[in-house]
Amino acid sequence: MGRYVIRRLLQMIPVFFGTTLLIFLMVNVMGDPIAGLCGDRQCDPATAAQLRTEFGLDKPVWQQYLTYMGNVFTGDFGTAFNGQEVTELMGTAFPITIRLTLVAIVFEIVIGISLGVVTGLRRGRPVDTAVLILTLIVISIPTFVTGLLLQLLLGVEWGVIKPSVSPEAPLNELLIPGLVVASVSLAYVTRLTRTSIAENSRADYVRTATAKGLPRRRVVIRHLLRNSLIPVVTFIGTDVGALMGGAIVTERIFNIHGVGYQLYQGILRQNSQTVVGFVTVLVLVFLAANLIVDLLYAVLDPRIRYA
Amino acid sequence: MRGATHVKWAACAAAVALAATACGGGDSGGGGGGADGIVSSSWGDPQNPLEPANTNEVQGGKVLDMIFRGLKRYDPKTGEALNMLAEKIETKDNQNFTVTVKDGWTFSNGEKITANSFVDAWNYGAVLKNNQKNAYFFGYIDGYDKVHPETGKASATKLSGLKVVDARTFTVKLSQKFSLWPDTLGYPAFAPLPKTFFTDHAAWLKKPIGNGPYTIDKYTKGSSMNLRKWDDYPGDDKAQNGGIDLKVYTDNNTAYTDLTAGNLDLVDDVPASQLKNVKSDLGDRYINTPAGIIQTLAFPFYDKNWNTQGAIKVRQGLSMAINRQQITDQIFQKTRTPASDWTSPVLGEEGGFKKGLCGKECTYNAAEAKKMIEDGGGIPGGQLKISYNGDTGSHKEWVDAVCNSINKVMGNNKACVGAPVGTFADFRSQVSQQKLHGAWRAGWQMDYPLIQNFLQPVYYTNASSNDGKWNNKQFDDLVDKANAESDKAKAVSTFQDAEKVMVQQMPVIPLWYQNGSAGYSENVTNVSLNQFSVPVYEQIKVK
Amino acid sequence: MPEQTPDEAISAAGAGGPTDLALAEGDSLEKTPGGPEGTGPDTKPQSLWSDAWRDLRRNPVFIISALIILFLVVISIWPQLIASGDPLDCDLGNAQQGSQPGHPFGYDGQGCDVYTRVVYGARNSVTVGICSTVGVAVIGSVLGALAGFFGGWWDAILSRLTDIFFGIPVVLGGLVFLSVVTSSTVWPVIGFIVLLGWPQIARIARGSVITAKHNDYVQAARALGASNGRMMLRHIAPNAVAPVIVVATIALGTYISLEATLSFLGVGLKPPAVSWGIDISAASQYIRNAPHMLLWPAGALAVTVLAFIMLGDAVRDALDPKLR
Repeated sequence: MGRYVIRRLLQMIPVFFGTTLLIFLMVNVMGDPIAGLCGDRQCDPATAAQLRTEFGLDKPVWQQYLTYMGNVFTGDFGTAFNGQEVTELMGTAFPITIRLTLVAIVFEIVIGISLGVVTGLRRGRPVDTAVLILTLIVISIPTFVTGLLLQLLLGVEWGVIKPSVSPEAPLNELLIPGLVVASVSLAYVTRLTRTSIAENSRADYVRTATAKGLPRRRVVIRHLLRNSLIPVVTFIGTDVGALMGGAIVTERIFNIHGVGYQLYQGILRQNSQTVVGFVTVLVLVFLAANLIVDLLYAVLDPRIRYA
Repeated sequence: MRGATHVKWAACAAAVALAATACGGGDSGGGGGGADGIVSSSWGDPQNPLEPANTNEVQGGKVLDMIFRGLKRYDPKTGEALNMLAEKIETKDNQNFTVTVKDGWTFSNGEKITANSFVDAWNYGAVLKNNQKNAYFFGYIDGYDKVHPETGKASATKLSGLKVVDARTFTVKLSQKFSLWPDTLGYPAFAPLPKTFFTDHAAWLKKPIGNGPYTIDKYTKGSSMNLRKWDDYPGDDKAQNGGIDLKVYTDNNTAYTDLTAGNLDLVDDVPASQLKNVKSDLGDRYINTPAGIIQTLAFPFYDKNWNTQGAIKVRQGLSMAINRQQITDQIFQKTRTPASDWTSPVLGEEGGFKKGLCGKECTYNAAEAKKMIEDGGGIPGGQLKISYNGDTGSHKEWVDAVCNSINKVMGNNKACVGAPVGTFADFRSQVSQQKLHGAWRAGWQMDYPLIQNFLQPVYYTNASSNDGKWNNKQFDDLVDKANAESDKAKAVSTFQDAEKVMVQQMPVIPLWYQNGSAGYSENVTNVSLNQFSVPVYEQIKVK
Repeated sequence: MPEQTPDEAISAAGAGGPTDLALAEGDSLEKTPGGPEGTGPDTKPQSLWSDAWRDLRRNPVFIISALIILFLVVISIWPQLIASGDPLDCDLGNAQQGSQPGHPFGYDGQGCDVYTRVVYGARNSVTVGICSTVGVAVIGSVLGALAGFFGGWWDAILSRLTDIFFGIPVVLGGLVFLSVVTSSTVWPVIGFIVLLGWPQIARIARGSVITAKHNDYVQAARALGASNGRMMLRHIAPNAVAPVIVVATIALGTYISLEATLSFLGVGLKPPAVSWGIDISAASQYIRNAPHMLLWPAGALAVTVLAFIMLGDAVRDALDPKLR
């Protein structure tokens, strides 16, 4: 087990460098960020040249990347164009997004899995069909449409929620945005659980358990659910990273000042320091989540042993 | 069943984590305004650090307008440059000025404002190593080329044209005659700075200190700023409310939605898509006043296809093919006015605005337009591409509408297409590096309300914002002549003569004058916008 | 049951997309020799497919979704069959007007006929969906299969590579990658989706190839001296391709929807291209004043995505013997 974890951690190193390099190159391809700093007029050439030197933009890309990574390892994620340290931005943005992600994941787990279990046990019944159609509709409508609609209906027309989230982003204001972020994944989790439950409910060990005369509740929770959760856990695990970085659209609609907002702002201003810094952290989160998921397998499936 | 207990444990851990964050984030109060006379207002994250000479966009400008007062201030209604901190500014030769600062002004930290507060601030703003993006505002002052050379290192650290005479007096020597120079001093870049700006710069940036009617109470970068009334403010324009809470919005649609839901008191940029329902949402709590902004279509004169005699006719034809009235009515719901010259109505007739100066060349006429374009040899390249940045503003809507208007005239649905550029930065770099070979969206927001500011920086040969590199000797000569004119009325009419050259050449197509629009909640009254389309915050009253 | 190495166990459990997991996991559970499917003497590799086809023909969900898709493909190729106007022929005077005779869906913000634009928008949206899926499926399954089959260094490098691409949030990648593009064709969008989409399929393909590789009939073929190529094509591919098809058909729907999201962020297809995504993102601003502008293109998008997902579902059910 320990050796396996170490091996996995070592494998993260090339992935980490690869991703940061990739995103660094992508942001660089976007062109000269200095031109955008002077509004609708041209920067005077002397100031522009000096800004370029100061941000290291006059050096070749590989050198910029090496300098940047060197700084990152000393904990210096650089400075955004508005003079703010990127670490400071992260300090305000990540707690908000983590809260949003947690809300989303709780929705996925609670609603997704319960709907999945119900439909999986009642395959072909009206409940199953209704939920199936509902999840399909959720998947087929883009998130921004769902978000805008909910904001308009709940926030403006019916006045149930505040249409935007205040800068402190308390948990109760994040419920609807969290639901929007979770919506598509929620639908996947439901379908995934349903399939898994339906399959496993015919497995021999379930029949055995039922034949032993165990109460149905116990069979479902102890035997069926535990085995059916493996794919669901995988999905939710890989989803954590995607949720944190993928909330760009939702955070924009509900004016949440989280990671997605900072990334969007960073991209619009072509601020490579911000974008690369945030993505670096997201990649680490993603890799860690993957590792945890793999370790969870061992817990859920006794047949898997890590050497 | 060892595994099952693990699962249960994991679920609990998630629940605990959630509860913990709930405790951490749940107790702080939400936005909204009203209490203690505080006004909550929409804001955008300023692009640059909030130094006066480094702020060149309206979001940072809003804050500077609240926390700083300079030698002059533009009257929010008339735009006239009135003395603020200046007791008097005297000159005999329109080149050497003597400035006397009023007595009794201090910064909000108690420091007295002296001649040095200005001279040090201006030197800081002008010197190359400080990277101040508005440094060129000090370009008229003698010695600017030494502290801010076009290339290479600066050979001086102070403007030689600035000399402190005594605690309240300093002299300014310009490098050329400029009779209206004192009128430019209302621009925030000319604000005085306290000593702590220089001694503890980092702390100042975290929480800027100025001399305006408000002080900054709390500044959370990227998300909000709370400004409070400064009770000891010595000026006449004291704040009429307890303070302003600025709240950053990424999308002005969300800000507007928040206003209608009662979570926000003031939105100073009503998105085009909401204009249709703004009357029913807000009634008379919606203001729409002219601002010193004109939008235009610019052309690349560095591209020889556009720099021909035929292309002049094509541009005039294109101008006549744009149904400005219909677009301003439908897309902007009359919050913009079809342009018929290259200035802005805020200048007033006396200031040089002349409705209809452009004449038939700026009036929609489908048949004539088509003929002109065809006479001129058709659109260079067969298709007009109008570039714009797709990330902000409602540019896509109006560019598409302009193109549809041209396409209808030409009877060809591909004659004109919009060409969005992903980000503003990229758009600007394509413009400044002369990569565009079609038209692009351009515009001018005045720095100070003078007709000179609408023409010289944008169309004079090699001027700083002449992105299309248009050059015309006749135009340049008329501008030079107007600048040398000491009689204001004569100067204005000479500038208008220069505009008439532009009618014949059509270097850029004037589209419309932009209005400032704002909406406010029932909690506040006396809301207005100044001519830079910034709300006059200190006059807002809370019910 | 043989002890699995951790990596293989994970792949077998399917660390990738949403739908492969159940299948792959089920396979590993039922790896009993002489089982009812796959290894019996009378089942040829094709039988899985003919079984599935027999199932599908009788499945109303499949028939309905296939008909919808057929219809979409037809109007994508010949939009003028059902729409006589020109999607770019717009009169601003009609902007935002509702339904009227001859213009059943009303007009959009530019005064273009919404019906015509919805019909013509199908082409780009369906092209993005189909081409990206084909690209993703081909690249993903070839690379994934190679990694799964050969293992070792191939596998290590490829797995890390998929991790790299997985690590970049899709919307973020789109913003960065597509904001530099100026072409108004669909190809940059498709290229981008393929670039960030292939790892999903690659993981699934790798997982199912590893599972298939351990099956007894493959071991038998190897023992009989079959070449690598023959084993791949004849024995492994037919049994490993099902999860790929399933995920791909579902992904197709999400790709169409992704194009709309990219347009909403201003980096999708560029004008004068006509697509549902462009229209939906334009209409989302006018949601209060002219909901019909959003309703029709969003409805068309939803029906299309729905059709492809239902098709994927039906195919999965048909290909999964355990659910019979």
